[in-house]
Amino acid sequence: MSSRPATVPGLGMLRETGKLFALGLDIARGLFQRPFQLREFIQQAWFIASVTILPTALVAIPFGAIISLQFGSLASQLGAESYTGAGSVLATVQQAAPLVTALLVAGAGGSAICADIGARTIREEIDAMEVLGVSAVQRLIVPRVLACMLVAVLLNGMVSVIGVLGGYFFNVVLQGGTPGAYLASFSALAQLPDLWVGEIKALIFGFLAAVVASYRGLNPPPGPKGVGDAVNQSVVITFLLLFVVNVVVTLIYLQLVPPKLG
Amino acid sequence: MGAEVVIEGLTKSFGKQAIWRDVTLNLPPGEVSVMLGPSGTGKSVFLKSMIGLLKPDKGKCEINGTDIVRCSERKLYETRKLFGVLFQDGALFGSMNLYDNVAFPLREHTKKSETEVRRIVLEKLELTGLSGAEDKLPGEISGGMRKRAGLARALVLDPEIILCDEPDSGLDPVRTAYLSQLLIDLNAQIDATILIVTHNINLARTVPDNIGMLFRKELVMFGPREVLLTSDEPVVEQFLNGRRLGPIGMSEEKDSAQMALEQEQADAGHHDGSTEDVRGIVPQLQPTPGLPERQGAIRRKDRVVQVLHTLPEPAREGIIASLTPEERRHYGIPEPAVTAGGRTQVHGNLPAGDVADLPGSPAWPSGEQSAPTQPLRPRRGGA
Ligand SMILES: Nc1ncnc2c1ncn2[C@@H]1O[C@H](COP(=O)(O)OP(=O)(O)OP(=O)(O)O)[C@@H](O)[C@H]1O
Ligand SMILES: [Mg+2]
Repeated sequence: MSSRPATVPGLGMLRETGKLFALGLDIARGLFQRPFQLREFIQQAWFIASVTILPTALVAIPFGAIISLQFGSLASQLGAESYTGAGSVLATVQQAAPLVTALLVAGAGGSAICADIGARTIREEIDAMEVLGVSAVQRLIVPRVLACMLVAVLLNGMVSVIGVLGGYFFNVVLQGGTPGAYLASFSALAQLPDLWVGEIKALIFGFLAAVVASYRGLNPPPGPKGVGDAVNQSVVITFLLLFVVNVVVTLIYLQLVPPKLG
Repeated sequence: MGAEVVIEGLTKSFGKQAIWRDVTLNLPPGEVSVMLGPSGTGKSVFLKSMIGLLKPDKGKCEINGTDIVRCSERKLYETRKLFGVLFQDGALFGSMNLYDNVAFPLREHTKKSETEVRRIVLEKLELTGLSGAEDKLPGEISGGMRKRAGLARALVLDPEIILCDEPDSGLDPVRTAYLSQLLIDLNAQIDATILIVTHNINLARTVPDNIGMLFRKELVMFGPREVLLTSDEPVVEQFLNGRRLGPIGMSEEKDSAQMALEQEQADAGHHDGSTEDVRGIVPQLQPTPGLPERQGAIRRKDRVVQVLHTLPEPAREGIIASLTPEERRHYGIPEPAVTAGGRTQVHGNLPAGDVADLPGSPAWPSGEQSAPTQPLRPRRGGA
């Protein structure tokens, strides 16, 4: 090993990142190539939705609850009870919902995509498809990425609703807040772009989760453990990516969109 | 006519691990070639490089004039439609049944009606002996059946080049014989260029027009079948005979100590693993009677006769002996000195006296047994 020519540390990671971007571009290009694989898209969307809806709903309720409880108790200490509704709803819609969605789309949907594509790779199905003159990206990956994005957006909407309802319930019923104040503060501070940014985040997260999962699935480490490792890595990589992207998008949003109560 | 494949200086490595380097060969259009080589020498990698699934480090691979190492992606997909590829494990789509698997290329690339598709698919499934298994999923059938289904799928578009990665592994000897016949018949019918990767010596001796061998990261030889079958290159000889004695070891290469030890054991009478002497040229498999003559074989005759003077002596004799008297007259080749019962005299022109010395018979036995003479080196232990 000592005779190996010195390699720049981190070069391997840089190369992987480059390939990931290349795949992302291929996929973006594949979005516009005909024929569109409608059947595959519907099947995948249905599949991803079916593995994510229940866990998402189950996570969304306690998530809305803790945010609401935490915010409620903090606000009451500061004497700003009237803003509890706005605070917890905004936190839920802008931050909690996209992240919960992302974690579940990556953890349940992405891992399933990665395992599926990975198994096809090691069984040489992907190679066979390429050899038959059919682009695997266009045929298999693009429908999955689109399905993931669609499901992420829908799930995000669902998490927002459940989270807000949960928050309302906990604040009003358990913490003795007044329904009127809750709703009034909400309409005073919240604005439509807050919902949009949540949906845009979900869209980006869905895209990233599916691209990373497909990338690891198409390039699994060799050996029988390969696909398992690939699934594992894809989930971890996606989580890391999502949190970084979340910070970036949030910063941009806060810069671009003026708060309602200037 | 099948496509021509010209490969020049192809080199492939994975990171620091060199797989093979500087492979140069030419698959003449419409001919059947076999690539031999011990396990792990990169035969599958070679096939994948030929279709652009793996990117070689250097060299070129031209299919009908398109260099698939360097051409654009669109051109690559276009060129791939000329190929029919049978992967080592069949590579069927696990989520589709056999019928849909075989129909897949037709549905993707042709505008044929569903009845037309059905006709072609059933025909190919019948050809590969899979009638009645259309509705099975790949997970529900045996390895040999998967392989045959993979072949059926490779054939539906009437490819100009057929690549088969170990078509015989996982098949019983009878099916292998049928498969060999199937490949030759196909070649006669559609005149496709065929490259077969195999470990099956019997197939390698009877099916191809050309044989090549990969060993120690290089293409040891590639040429007309007669050249390899009569070669005295130690690697080729050992491989064709399936002996332990020789340069190929369990882990591809053998050190000299191991080689000396094995030679010693063999000299002392230890069985060396081979069954019978299978050197020499055997008649080539012909298309089933009633099918047209193989155009590739006809072209090959012209090609081989042209380079006849450059070939080694035993190969030259083998080729001359395989020609009919009319063909010999046509090419202006004198009648061979010794032929025995239509079979080829492969061990050179023995003086008449030596031939007479052989116990029993003046000619080589025509059966599959080895010559009753003392073998040149111990093959069957001390018996
Ligand atoms: N994708 C890959 N990445 C790294 N190394 C590889 C890859 N594919 C093959 N190899 C290596 O290349 C070598 C040749 O593999 P290959 O599958 O071509 O062998 P083979 O000649 O087909 O053997 P067999 O007869 O057993 O099928 C092996 O040492 C293998 O480890
Ligand atoms: Mg192989």
